Amino acid sequence: MNAPVLRLSGFGKHFGSLRVFSDIDLDVMPGDRIAILGASGSGKSTLLRCINVLETPSEGSLELDGDVVGQPSRSGDMRFSERELCALRQRVGMVFQQFNLFPHMTVAGNVAEGLKTVRGVPAQKAQERAVTELQRVGLADKADTFPSRLSGGQKQRVAIARALAMDPEILLFDEPTSALDPALVGEVLGVIEQLATEGRTMLLVTHEIGFAYHFATRILFLAEGGIYESGTPDDVLKNPKRPLTQQFLAEHRRFQF
Amino acid sequence: MTYIWNFQDVFNNWYALAIGAAGTLRLFVVCLVLGMGLGLVIALGKRSKNRPIRWLATAFVEFFRNTPVLVQILWFYYALPIIAPIEIGPFLAAILGISLNSAAYSAEIYRGGIQSIEPGQWEAARAIGMNGLQTLRRVILPQAIRRIIPALTNRGVEIFKMTTLASVVAYVELLQQGKLIASLSYNPLEVYTVIAAIFLIILYPIVRLTYALERHLARSD
Ligand SMILES: Nc1ncnc2c1ncn2[C@@H]1O[C@H](COP(=O)(O)OP(=O)(O)OP(=O)(O)O)[C@@H](O)[C@H]1O
Ligand SMILES: [Mg+2]
Repeated sequence: MNAPVLRLSGFGKHFGSLRVFSDIDLDVMPGDRIAILGASGSGKSTLLRCINVLETPSEGSLELDGDVVGQPSRSGDMRFSERELCALRQRVGMVFQQFNLFPHMTVAGNVAEGLKTVRGVPAQKAQERAVTELQRVGLADKADTFPSRLSGGQKQRVAIARALAMDPEILLFDEPTSALDPALVGEVLGVIEQLATEGRTMLLVTHEIGFAYHFATRILFLAEGGIYESGTPDDVLKNPKRPLTQQFLAEHRRFQF
Repeated sequence: MTYIWNFQDVFNNWYALAIGAAGTLRLFVVCLVLGMGLGLVIALGKRSKNRPIRWLATAFVEFFRNTPVLVQILWFYYALPIIAPIEIGPFLAAILGISLNSAAYSAEIYRGGIQSIEPGQWEAARAIGMNGLQTLRRVILPQAIRRIIPALTNRGVEIFKMTTLASVVAYVELLQQGKLIASLSYNPLEVYTVIAAIFLIILYPIVRLTYALERHLARSD
């Protein structure tokens, strides 16, 4: 019945002699929400960035809706054509820890930019769509503001709207709340939660374990250069089977009250 | 001995000076456009993934930064026709010398500006599916150029002053006309004073404007 939206097999990445991860097999089904956990340096960001090829994967294969993207290369990293990359990234949206909004464009301009420049949507139509997406993240009234006037939480919500405007099949989040004041984390997680209820397919790297528990349909714990443990949030977070997972969670619980 | 200034002959020749000013302006505009335009192309060449292109761009910059413009103008005017079957007039020789030199300097300015943009901006643009060119045009250059406007304006002022070098091949611009007037009226002091004053009157407001622009940009960041 259901085919995976995203399939990684034998997926690996190394920087020169530094092997970040290797031999990762992963099927992401439509509507899956996968939280990726792991210690600092375990390769969470690298894995996410290899999926939309902001970082070029070294080996294995990457399939979107059954279409293979990229070619293995005998010398060095995999190879991707520019066209392939642009097509892939329109289907796989990304939200960054540091927001990375375009400071010289208005909020609506940021959201409309991909539609205008990449899809060739007329300015007027793109603007309307941008406002619709901004409504979704509760920021329609900020459409004509410049990003420098926004709080961190608002910036991240605009970044989410910018990704949504391209109608991606998958959304990637790399620690979307780590750069935020604790008081602003909630509004961003709220938006992500709402996307979850809409049934969107998402991969989220986070240190907010509590949120991961409620958000995810599946947890991946990265360690030792691969998926060290995976399963439902209850399995992995409540009854971790393997020592590094247990240790990681114990460390996170240390200061709970 | 006290010198008695007499500007009469200079002012009587105002028409020749006006023609010179027009020649200066014409040369300036062409060199500004070519120098800044080619500079951007060279800067992108230096960032190219293609090694021969990168090498060519670097060689260009190093060559034209490390040879005097005056020599280049003379070379294009007197030497090039010897090895190539083309006659080059004074205007073209001056354009080549000044534009290529300016391109080499402005290439470094563009490169610095592009490099100063955070990698996150490239990533965000690529992540919504833009290709390299779209990213440059829509995201990187608009921000980079804002940052380098002061440096580019300095280059512009420099180009304006460099136009006087064209007099070496007798291109009709301000200095060339001044030389002519001075040799006919034996009044170099008055003539060159007036020429210097004309440059000052044109350039000083431009430079003040740059400072204002610089302050304005610094504030909006
Ligand atoms: N561009 C790069 N060049 C070389 N090494 C890199 C590069 N990017 C990441 N690494 C290395 O790869 C490893 C994994 O890094 P990564 O950023 O993916 O970890 P992470 O799990 O996201 O950590 P954090 O929780 O701190 O964000 C680290 O050892 C890091 O130093
Ligand atoms: Mg990371």
